[in-house]
Amino acid sequence: MNTITRYLKSLMLLELGKGAAVTLRYFFEPKFTIHYPEEKTPKSNRFRGLHALRRYPNGEERCIACKLCEAVCPALAITIDSTQHEDGTRRTTRYEIDLFKCVFCGLCEESCPVDAIVETGILEYHFENRGENILTKEQLLAIGDRYEETIAANLRQDAAYR
Amino acid sequence: MPETWWDQMLYMITLLLKIAAVVVPLILAVAYYTYMERKVIGFMQVRRGPTRIGPLGLLQPFADTFKLLLKEIVLPANADKFLFLLAPVLALAPAFAAWVVIPFNDTMVIADIDAGLLYILAMSSVGVYGLIIAGWASNSKYAFLGALRSSAQMVSYEIAMGFALIGVLILSGTLNLREIVLAQQGGLLDWFWLPLLPLFVVFVISGLAETNRAPFDVAEGESEIVAGFHVEYSGAAFAVFFLAEYANMILISALTAILFAGGWLSPFEGLWFIGDTFLGQGSIFWFLAKTLFFMYLFLWWRATFPRYRYDQIMRLGWKVFVPITMVWVMVAAVFSVLGIVVRGS
Repeated sequence: MNTITRYLKSLMLLELGKGAAVTLRYFFEPKFTIHYPEEKTPKSNRFRGLHALRRYPNGEERCIACKLCEAVCPALAITIDSTQHEDGTRRTTRYEIDLFKCVFCGLCEESCPVDAIVETGILEYHFENRGENILTKEQLLAIGDRYEETIAANLRQDAAYR
Repeated sequence: MPETWWDQMLYMITLLLKIAAVVVPLILAVAYYTYMERKVIGFMQVRRGPTRIGPLGLLQPFADTFKLLLKEIVLPANADKFLFLLAPVLALAPAFAAWVVIPFNDTMVIADIDAGLLYILAMSSVGVYGLIIAGWASNSKYAFLGALRSSAQMVSYEIAMGFALIGVLILSGTLNLREIVLAQQGGLLDWFWLPLLPLFVVFVISGLAETNRAPFDVAEGESEIVAGFHVEYSGAAFAVFFLAEYANMILISALTAILFAGGWLSPFEGLWFIGDTFLGQGSIFWFLAKTLFFMYLFLWWRATFPRYRYDQIMRLGWKVFVPITMVWVMVAAVFSVLGIVVRGS
């Protein structure tokens, strides 16, 4: 008897109907896809993207060449050379980040005592030639100058938790 | 009547025009069927499908076509060149040729022949040669295995399909597709899908298996054998196989509409509140709408069901469908003799 009911049930394709009903329901459901270049998903203020070096409001570089970031970098992506200025301060002569090595862990940003190296929210960038993957000090400072407002705003938002 | 040279030319020209009138829209339909497939399956997976090329991605099929046509046709080493290139043509030609007897409405049919249904069966059987030759001429074990799988499957399901057609023949009493439609006159409940419900279901499912579509697409099971009989094909030759597959799907949908869903007849025929308006009259639009519905079913089920295992496909074809159809052919005969289903009422 059981076999017969089971047989009849399978003949009526009930299970298949249920499955088809599920897909039909999803057919009319709103779609998750975002049209990327035109629409973007919201980004956290802690997003770790392209790096930047910051300056103080008076234009002086924040970085004091303490090399904590170089030491903490797990991917050995940061290279720093430093020298002493006439006024006795220590400054970097070279500050390079190899973006191919960088794993965007954010440890450099965390280790920095003066908030000089930060990771911005920039995630759309590309290289066209070999060697462009290494960001020089000038480039990093330029990025910092250009996006200082957003960087500062993001840091302020996060200040209470640092 | 003396047939002059000009008469014959005129005849040839009108014939060619008629062929173009069917084949050109058919190719366009195939192009947009691939678009529809990607859209429908995308929507069912809560995606959007193609949206980039043209408004709503509407030019996507053309981009795909031109990509395929511009690509190189790679001839495998040791392949039989002649057969290798003949196979796609053999697959495509019957898929197009079968459209000759499809009646779009009461008068729109290229060849209103009395053995239309037999002709369709013959054409769909010829299509199998394309697959076998493609698999054999590729000189590749994967293509060969794929060809064996698909041809065995197509041959098996042709039997169940044939029996399902016998039911239709018994009730309509004719092999002429136009007259089969006319035998279903009288509105939604007078179409053959109701008295022949099991045959209708079997026919649609066999149609899926016949065209090697999901869930019967073991021939192209990605995890085992990639694309089946046409793994070795690329470029335009592959495009032709693709065209044949989709043309066959549209053909099966059109056949289902004609044999079981009243072809061009209106589902509201004879309802007093519809009367003799546009909705109540049969027209090509009803035929296209019904075909589109069955085409949608193909995609819907592809998005829903997991692939059958090969032995399950064979079991379903031989041990389930053939007996069911045989029984229901008897039932249909009883219907016909007792006058429960009356032709053209």
